[in-house]
Amino acid sequence: MFVNGVTLQNRGLPDSHRLSVYAGTGGYGALRKVLLDPMAPDQIISEIKKSALRGRGGAGFPTGLKWSFMPKGVTGTKYLLCNADEGEPGTCKDRDIMRYEPHRLIEGMIIGAYAMGASAGYIFIRGEFVEPIHIVEAALEEAYAKGYLGQNILGTDFSFDLYVYRGAGAYICGEETALMEALEGKKGQPRFKPPFPASYGLYGRPTTINNVETFASVPDIITRGGDWFLKLGKPNNGGTKIFSVTGQVQKPGNYEVPMGLPFRDLLAMAGGLRPGRQLKAVIPGGTSTAMVAGAAMMEVTMDYDSISKAGSALGAGSVIIMDDSVCIVKTVERIARFYMHESCGQCTPCREGMGWLWRVMHRLENGQGREEDLQLLLDVGSRIEGRTICALADGGVAPVVSSIRLFREEYEYHIQHKRCLISMGVA
Amino acid sequence: MLSEKSLAKIARERAKYPADQARSALLAALRITQEEQGYLSDAVMEYVADLLGIPAIQVYEAATFYSMYDLKPVGRHKLCVCGSVSCFLNGSDAVLQHLSERLGVDPGETTADGLFTLQEVECLGACKDAPMLQVGDHYYENLTPESLDALLAKLRGGSDDVR
Repeated sequence: MFVNGVTLQNRGLPDSHRLSVYAGTGGYGALRKVLLDPMAPDQIISEIKKSALRGRGGAGFPTGLKWSFMPKGVTGTKYLLCNADEGEPGTCKDRDIMRYEPHRLIEGMIIGAYAMGASAGYIFIRGEFVEPIHIVEAALEEAYAKGYLGQNILGTDFSFDLYVYRGAGAYICGEETALMEALEGKKGQPRFKPPFPASYGLYGRPTTINNVETFASVPDIITRGGDWFLKLGKPNNGGTKIFSVTGQVQKPGNYEVPMGLPFRDLLAMAGGLRPGRQLKAVIPGGTSTAMVAGAAMMEVTMDYDSISKAGSALGAGSVIIMDDSVCIVKTVERIARFYMHESCGQCTPCREGMGWLWRVMHRLENGQGREEDLQLLLDVGSRIEGRTICALADGGVAPVVSSIRLFREEYEYHIQHKRCLISMGVA
Repeated sequence: MLSEKSLAKIARERAKYPADQARSALLAALRITQEEQGYLSDAVMEYVADLLGIPAIQVYEAATFYSMYDLKPVGRHKLCVCGSVSCFLNGSDAVLQHLSERLGVDPGETTADGLFTLQEVECLGACKDAPMLQVGDHYYENLTPESLDALLAKLRGGSDDVR
């Protein structure tokens, strides 16, 4: 078992957020290698491709391929953005990278900027994360003082400026083009794609955006090689991944493990279930991914392909555990409320549909469900999916539809008996 | 309308963006303004528009879109209790109820002495330490009835930095 992890490998060290501690463990060695050794931008991108690193923000898009989309030979500014707008319920990993390993993120971004020819970048951190914001800002100051950022980095002709941008409270800004709108001072409403950010991004300039964990994986890929990273995981699912295991486990936390670890081992690492409890259901990738029945989940390995085969998605690696004390209807009602609250209001199927789903879930939970409500939820869901600009609405439909499929009898009990099959022990 | 200190902070934010992109500093300007003024009145928003040289409608748009801006006065301490799924599975309803009983207000209300506003909010990204809440700049995690009472006592003691 690979114990130390990659992106959170220094978490256990005192003052791991300080540049001196990071440098003491080889930090900024990858940057020296690419600039002074030197490595050509194409070589860097091919190393990232070899590693099979896939975007850690939820979509799982191959990072090296994304980097290769950035146009070459254009005049004017190209931008590199970091998506640190962590807000998917169940997801709390980027916060810890920023708190414990800010320099790993910063070094990954500088290397990315060099590989793609970006001269300015912003780390978009959700506004509520005040502590991580202060830590990252202090780390940027340290990096500037050491000459890792700014003009003529390490005496080369490569220059890159990096800043923190603070969000102001909106889940939708985790969608990459909504994030760019917010960075421009506008409402965070997603843009139509195409054009894609690589051709028309921030201020209409070529832009690449990656998640915190993605960038934080880059320095070690450069130092130790793409093959090394790939072999940590499994083919097409390279490296380690942080899983935020939350909900009803004894030791909730961020566990960085090799891709492909059996779910049952991850559950054991998180202390297992509470005494006397059975595993009822798992949401494996954050609330926008489909619910999986507990028994089925016990056969899954934690990687993009295996979870996809189980009918869900790895998403951001946000594993929400529900035991047999949980009322599925009440839990999904709560999840539906999130999407109603966070819909940006731009697309009608989402703006109206997220509220509709919640209202039906709410009356089911409160003993006012009707016989036709389950079909109504499925119908409304099918009229939302695929009919909006971004993925928020599909994410809001997934938990409703998947939970009806898995726990239909529990929904029917609510309708017929006007109350819950399970009296939840959590209130 | 704003102190020199706040204006300097806004100027530093403005400098992060290209010369023709003043609007990029809007979210920061609203935050800094709210920190000083307590909430964003119409007059304050128009002031920010003039400060950045952008139309007032652009300021209203942003101020009404994002959840961290207050368009009405709130209590000195805003207790934002996370009610999203991981916190919910770990008793966030009981946290909200406990605070509601102790303060004598419902979620969304402010105590008569103006000290506390109680709010239920969506996911704050601290799911492994559920249940949790945010007050000002700080997160309070793994909450229990005892830790909530201790927190209220500290906040009543008048310290802004209660960590």
